[in-house]
Amino acid sequence: MTGLLGQLFAILLALALAPLLTGWVNQCRAWLQSRSAPPLFQPYYMLHKLFRKDVVLAHNASPLFRTAPFVVFGCMLLACAIIPSLSTDLPFAPAADTLALVGVFGLARIFISLAAMDVGTSFGSLGGRREMLVGFLAEPALLMVIFTTAMISQSTSVATIVETLAHRDIVIYPSLAFAGIAFTFVSLAENARVPVDNPATHLELTMIHEAMILEYSGRHLALIEWAASLKLYAYSCLGLALFFPWGIAERDNVLAMVAAVPLLLVKLGIGGFLLATIETVNAKMRIFRAPEFLGTAFLLAVLGLLVRLLLEIRA
Amino acid sequence: MNTTIPLSAQLINLCAAVILLLAFAMLAQRRVMPLINLFGFQGLVLAGSTLVVAVTTHQAHLYWSAGLTLLLKAMLLPWILHRLVRSLYVKWDVESLVNVPTTMLIGIALVIVAFNVAQPISLLSHTISRGTLGIALATVMLAFLMMITRTKAIPQVVGFLAMENGLFLAATSATYGMPMVVELGIALDVLVGVIILGVFFFQIRDQFDSLDISHMEHLKDD
Repeated sequence: MTGLLGQLFAILLALALAPLLTGWVNQCRAWLQSRSAPPLFQPYYMLHKLFRKDVVLAHNASPLFRTAPFVVFGCMLLACAIIPSLSTDLPFAPAADTLALVGVFGLARIFISLAAMDVGTSFGSLGGRREMLVGFLAEPALLMVIFTTAMISQSTSVATIVETLAHRDIVIYPSLAFAGIAFTFVSLAENARVPVDNPATHLELTMIHEAMILEYSGRHLALIEWAASLKLYAYSCLGLALFFPWGIAERDNVLAMVAAVPLLLVKLGIGGFLLATIETVNAKMRIFRAPEFLGTAFLLAVLGLLVRLLLEIRA
Repeated sequence: MNTTIPLSAQLINLCAAVILLLAFAMLAQRRVMPLINLFGFQGLVLAGSTLVVAVTTHQAHLYWSAGLTLLLKAMLLPWILHRLVRSLYVKWDVESLVNVPTTMLIGIALVIVAFNVAQPISLLSHTISRGTLGIALATVMLAFLMMITRTKAIPQVVGFLAMENGLFLAATSATYGMPMVVELGIALDVLVGVIILGVFFFQIRDQFDSLDISHMEHLKDD
């Protein structure tokens, strides 16, 4: 029973916190670039406004175009539900292990790309193709990161991995360090962040994510924006759970779970600030440099795997 | 499950992993100055790992080699190379590397080969750092790859020096280092080699107006 309640609480917390995290990152970024920052709750105002507005659809929009926002939102919500943010006692966790989690992200990507191409505007198909390129390069790197952590904990279930990592002795894992850097690269690319994409511009030459959602309006756009926030939240929680798992509660420990909430807030706050810093000190790279960037991520993840095999298992 | 590995071995493993990472970073680096800095940093980490081995095993001569590595590879050689680059006016040279991701993938393949080759050898060894033998071999092979893929003279020399780093790591990890005389000899060799190659750089540039080695593949100006 506590498990179900905890699961429900984690989902509601994700829904509530995700736009806040986006707002926090935007605020940090504005501070670092010495601009006056938007209010912290700006994403909520945005969602509120969009949900009240009417939906304008293109004449030739197919049902796929209308269902895609719901599918994307559902995928991100499922991802948030199976990634342990507060407690590893998640009844939904057996629904998908880490490999299926990558698949859930992939499903959302396919739907949003198809919807972008559906109306037939040139920007939409351009964005959709770029998104598939980035995704195709980021996915193997993400899988390699997950294999490294799975080898340490002998399981591909997210909850088990986090349980093992959170309750280990203090051991230096060079492989985890490699995997952590690779994961940072992948999350930057997957969340349309600065070295790969710029979430703040609508410049036709560079945009990826924004190009795909140009045709959306009203509640559809609100759902997609919310899903993008949830994706950032999910990736942040996954990174925290894999590489900084301390403080995540175990099974049947309500008190620890309550204590995990402020800790999660602090960790997300620091993570958001670091993300804003990375976005400020880096310039956006050309789209053709993205394979190099994600190739490096893949390389680091494979090195982590190999180092794990060579140094840590046998010795 | 990993509690059996002592802390010193963990530190050595970490150093070795960083050395491998730096070898890859050097492979992908296009500019000359950062390349030399990376090489200097690799020397620093190498000295650190040797020092950890020395402290754990109480081998007096390893302190000497750690100090020598620090002095020579982390300070003196990068300094000489920096001066060479400045006096040759190639500070802003950018290598037109073809296809970094492909080179990286070849590098990964080399690492896998090196790890598999080194595994049975390192089982014969009883040193605390035997696990790093594979990484040492991989570093040597990556340095080879760097010498093959580069066309400019200075990155090739840096590759040569990085290979020596790898050999040194192999010596420390497999047998706790070589005798002092051999080590001093190698250190002196490397130093003299860099100085002679520095003279060569000037000759090459005088002859061809650039440090691009590919000019040397033609015997005559037809």
